[in-house]
Amino acid sequence: MKKLLITLTLGMGLAFGGLNAMAQTDAAPAEPAAVTTAVEMAAEPATTEAPAMAAEAAPAAEVAAPAPTVDKGDVSWMMLSTLLVIMMAVPGLALFYGGLVRSKNMLSVLMQVLVVFSLISVLWAVYGYSLAFGGEGLIFGNLDKVFLLGITPDSLADTFTDNVKIPEFIFIAFQATFAGITCALIVGSFAERMKFSAVLLFSVIWFTLSYIPIAHMVWGAGGYLLDKGALDFAGGTVVHINAAMAGLVGAYMLGKRIGYGKESMAPHSLTLTMVGASLLWVGWFGFNAGSNLEANGGATLAFINTLLATAAAVLAWILGEAMHRGKASMLGGASGAVAGLVAITPACGSVGPMGAIIIGLLSGFLCLWGVSGLKKMLGADDSLDVFGVHGVGGILGALLTGVFTAPGLGGTGGEDFSIASQVLIQAEGVVITMVWSAVVAFVAYKVVDMLVGLRVSEESEREGLDISYHGETAYNR
Amino acid sequence: MKMVSAVIKPFKLDEVREALSTMGVQGITVTDVKGFGRQKGHTELYRGAEYVVDFLPKVKLEAAVSDDLVDRVIEAIEGAARTGKIGDGKIFVTDLEQVVRIRTGETGREAL
Repeated sequence: MKKLLITLTLGMGLAFGGLNAMAQTDAAPAEPAAVTTAVEMAAEPATTEAPAMAAEAAPAAEVAAPAPTVDKGDVSWMMLSTLLVIMMAVPGLALFYGGLVRSKNMLSVLMQVLVVFSLISVLWAVYGYSLAFGGEGLIFGNLDKVFLLGITPDSLADTFTDNVKIPEFIFIAFQATFAGITCALIVGSFAERMKFSAVLLFSVIWFTLSYIPIAHMVWGAGGYLLDKGALDFAGGTVVHINAAMAGLVGAYMLGKRIGYGKESMAPHSLTLTMVGASLLWVGWFGFNAGSNLEANGGATLAFINTLLATAAAVLAWILGEAMHRGKASMLGGASGAVAGLVAITPACGSVGPMGAIIIGLLSGFLCLWGVSGLKKMLGADDSLDVFGVHGVGGILGALLTGVFTAPGLGGTGGEDFSIASQVLIQAEGVVITMVWSAVVAFVAYKVVDMLVGLRVSEESEREGLDISYHGETAYNR
Repeated sequence: MKMVSAVIKPFKLDEVREALSTMGVQGITVTDVKGFGRQKGHTELYRGAEYVVDFLPKVKLEAAVSDDLVDRVIEAIEGAARTGKIGDGKIFVTDLEQVVRIRTGETGREAL
């Protein structure tokens, strides 16, 4: 059954690709050619050898269409940012999660993060990028760029500045890392008890039907929430709320781990969790400041906000712990850092530094409640608190973006910025993402359960997924 | 001959070893153990989850000694391992029927 499904999917994919290849062959050569001539024309006025020609050519170029600028600084920054986001996923997120599980499941978590990230990166090039960023549409893009058809090193993608472009390849790679890390985030919710094949199959379905449409709605041309004016600079809704809902639904549908609440499920290495959290923090500068798509003042605003909100959230979380339980913990500090990073993600491009500190402080306190009080209320075994940190932090960040973007509060909003109406728009984005992701996740888990089964056998779970699913152990025993 | 075994706090092991070797004990066997006594365990908190750790790590040492040394050995261990706080451990003394040194085949006191 499994093999049949894979063959079918592959076959369909190839057929689609073939059709598109035929459709594209006529149109494709024309675009890069146009781009190259424009660049040449722009370069000409600078040459000193033919001033007369330059004088003639320059006004002509202006009248026709100003040549797009591709700045080497921007290109370097985007390549660096993409590397940083890859580092967030592997090894950052993998180690952060890995340290939190029991030693018998260490490798299964590292594997799931690594392989899900790799799988989604490939699917992004095959059809994800085209459906998310190709063409205009309310919910999806189109299939014009499946298999990255027609895209060459000369193809350009827009930035936030008119006529300033970056090579499309780096934009595709940058966005691929976002899709990959979002799907990898969900792993934390069903860690220690889900079949490896089920994890992969679920990731494919959820990526296709939830990540892609939400990404398009928020960032894609003609997207529903983009047109509404929702602010989500680096992916608070697309990445964090989206993944957290899928995780929470998964925690309910898989059920609790054997022995949950009775046996000790203490993290096996908080040292590795600290290493992972630190890599996440550093990598997040690529995630947030990279989302500016240019190396300019806007990127530095996102940069400083990512620093300050995170630091504030660390302080808030451990202060909350110290007041509530008498001790400040390392895990609390690391969790606070992630909470602050999540909360500042949608806001980092439009709030001011002091707004970022307040968002960070509030996210530290609220996410501490998210992993304790709220977790008890929800009653789900969300193994590594994906909802408590990414869901709660994401929702808080999305809503507060609508508050602290106000110019009176240090944000970059225009004179006519209205907190009330912006918060309403933000809330709409949050609700749409939560419902959309939950419904898709529910259906996806059901389908996966029917095809391969979701949960490992009791024996495998007790033995640990490292041995039962991957045939190896993390540490000498 | 007696077998003296003692369960002590791990960080006291070096002092006890030193006290025993200065008074002429030829060898001891040491094992890492876990257990509980009057000293309570502690709780660990990981985000929302609280775990009670009932068994605390201790070190168990065993020394086979001749009858005339027993009292001094007990005294030495007591003196070196005591902190005065709960959880210092216990000393158990049992009769030892036979001892054999494997290399030479010596038995009894000769083998100690």
